[in-house]
Amino acid sequence: MVRIEEHKHLTENKPIEAARLPALVVLPVLQHLGKPLDILLVKPGDKVKRGQCLATAEKGVFSPIHASISGTIKQIVDQPHPVVGFCRSLIIEGDGQDEPVAGMVPRRPQETDEITPDALRRVIFESGIVGLGGATFPTHIKLTPSKSIDTLIVNGAECEPYLTADDRLMVEKAEEITKGIVLVARVLKPKDVFIAVEDNKPAAVAAMRRFAECFGWEVVVLKTAYPQGGEKQVIKSCLGREVPSGRLPFDIGVVVQNVATIYAIYEAVYFRKPLYERVMTVTGACLAHPKNLLVRIGTRVKDILDQCGPLLKEPRKIVMGGPMMGIAQFSQETPVIKGTSGILVLDEIEERQEEESFCVRCGECVENCPIGINPGMISMAITKDRLDLAEAYGIMDCIECGLCAYVCPGRRNIVQAIKTAKAKIRKKHSKEADIKGASFEK
Amino acid sequence: MNNKFIVSSSPHIQKSESVAKIMGTVNAALLPAGIIGVYIFGMSSLWLILVSIAVAVATEALIQKGRHQKITISDGSAFMTGLLLAYNLPPRCPLWVAAIGSFFAIAIAKQAFGGLGRNIFNPALAGRAFLLAAWPQHLTAFSRPFAYDSVTSATPLHLLKEGKARDLADMGLGYWDLFVGNRGGSLGEVCILALVLGGLYLLWRGIIRWQIPVSFIATVGVMTWVFGSKEGFFRGDGLFHVLSGGLVLGAIYMATDYVTSPITKKGQIIFGVGCGALTTVIRLWGGYPEGVCYSILIMNSMVPLIDRFVKKRRYGVAQNA
Repeated sequence: MVRIEEHKHLTENKPIEAARLPALVVLPVLQHLGKPLDILLVKPGDKVKRGQCLATAEKGVFSPIHASISGTIKQIVDQPHPVVGFCRSLIIEGDGQDEPVAGMVPRRPQETDEITPDALRRVIFESGIVGLGGATFPTHIKLTPSKSIDTLIVNGAECEPYLTADDRLMVEKAEEITKGIVLVARVLKPKDVFIAVEDNKPAAVAAMRRFAECFGWEVVVLKTAYPQGGEKQVIKSCLGREVPSGRLPFDIGVVVQNVATIYAIYEAVYFRKPLYERVMTVTGACLAHPKNLLVRIGTRVKDILDQCGPLLKEPRKIVMGGPMMGIAQFSQETPVIKGTSGILVLDEIEERQEEESFCVRCGECVENCPIGINPGMISMAITKDRLDLAEAYGIMDCIECGLCAYVCPGRRNIVQAIKTAKAKIRKKHSKEADIKGASFEK
Repeated sequence: MNNKFIVSSSPHIQKSESVAKIMGTVNAALLPAGIIGVYIFGMSSLWLILVSIAVAVATEALIQKGRHQKITISDGSAFMTGLLLAYNLPPRCPLWVAAIGSFFAIAIAKQAFGGLGRNIFNPALAGRAFLLAAWPQHLTAFSRPFAYDSVTSATPLHLLKEGKARDLADMGLGYWDLFVGNRGGSLGEVCILALVLGGLYLLWRGIIRWQIPVSFIATVGVMTWVFGSKEGFFRGDGLFHVLSGGLVLGAIYMATDYVTSPITKKGQIIFGVGCGALTTVIRLWGGYPEGVCYSILIMNSMVPLIDRFVKKRRYGVAQNA
């Protein structure tokens, strides 16, 4: 792990602002880790209200989506998607009324106090909550572990440079997040609760501590180092325990939840509010007014950038997410989705592009790799089309944090090579599994 | 705003370090030792440095042009090879010898293996080893410091090897002379002070790590202290061995060559200890007075093996799994 240039000063002291109500939103049917939603509850021409459920699925890993503004379903077509290129999306033309759906009213205090774990999971599922740190794994599934959980870690590390959304959320909504943690703890019944925050966020640490102390939770102040907020790293830093290779945190009795996810759970339970908006950081040296914005899901990039301009420089790259793991966008029409924690507008100085040179074996990637693999060697094995070697070197354990490529003096595109190779390896294995399955059926 | 954006894989930011910058920094750190070398041994050394660098850079450019590859002389690595080769030659070594050595270093030891990053042996040292085999008389004729003439004199290590002196006092020298460079030796190896300062700068900049230089030098120091005297164990002059010959130059600037040294810190310590042990063996019991060059080259050949077996501990993988 290594301390890298943060660029957080651009927005870290800017209070969360509500973004302008968009006149049009684009809601992809894929905003979670899993299969796209296939049951559409509306059709073009239908009137919808804010918070109304629009699409769901029957079974498997999924999370429903909800209207983020009131208006009319204009079209259901393929649109640019921040992660997968293009995706079937519902386009809502707003009526400017922002009318909420019936029933989106606060729960009575007694109701929230007495809610059962199963009912809570139901609420979280119906509210369409997914991991808002970026992984977008459906939260109700994560809160249904098959083993007993002894530790809950609330992840407020926010180690990605530039991003300050979680930081602001903790500073401004510490009490609400605390209420959310109580709810999650009621589902998981952990022995210990840790709240992990990097030491570059003293205000957030102080805010969270004020409430955590009443419950006997520990606020762990982590050294600022990338990728401290990665699930595996945050577990190691808080507990000194490691998640075995190829396993998940719950295998060692741990669940990690991002603070923004917890906040969404709080809102869903206390206000019956589904996940149709989120806080994100809109930043970069190109923007005159970088901000932390509360944005409706489905708002297009261009509508958000309009509120942070004017542009000081011609942007070279637009990234959704952080600069280390985010995804470069090809269009300004792309909407933000549940997992979008930030929008970066990078200029030519921030966004360095240079030709790839040879690996000079400086060892920086090996030294800094948070999971201890040899990214340089893996990337060379991939170049030689030796995926078997790449696998032996531990490619499947790679968390794609991007540190190896960040420190590489040869500017080698290690992460790109690894991502592509991982997809190929997964495909190969699933094919092998199919063949095995087929021969078994005989 | 135009509507065309760069779309590429994460990460989208990059540390400003580059291969060219690293090479440039190492070259800069090496410079003081060369300037002092020229001051000690005269202008002929300057010509040696210039010819060596010019031939190295020209060879790299011509080979890459001939093979229709991108010409990468601006990365500073060929410059460094030329500079280091000159530092490893006697100050009055004929220029044509230096030129051939430089050509060999780049053409055979580097480009024949595929260029920067693919060579097994440190090019400058391979060049020197070749010259020592081909023209030993030119590689072992050392001049006296501050004499600026062509009278040759033996280096402290030669005197010791040939039994002409038993210790520093016999040579009329003190540790301070060895430390600042007031002795016979290769062009760039004599001023330990300048080499160490440059090395500290590289350490501070994070370009080299301490593992190889420290383990290399410490191994030589300890082993020569233990075995260095004919009068019994623990009576050798370890400090003399550390300060003489090309040990400091080799340990800081050549054994640390990224391409030809192990990738992990643990591996680097093994590599450094190996270099140190071989150097001591050659100096004390071998046929040559100095063994830094050969010991690094031999250890270069062990690097793939070291890297294969010495790995960083992986997250979530049991040690002996």
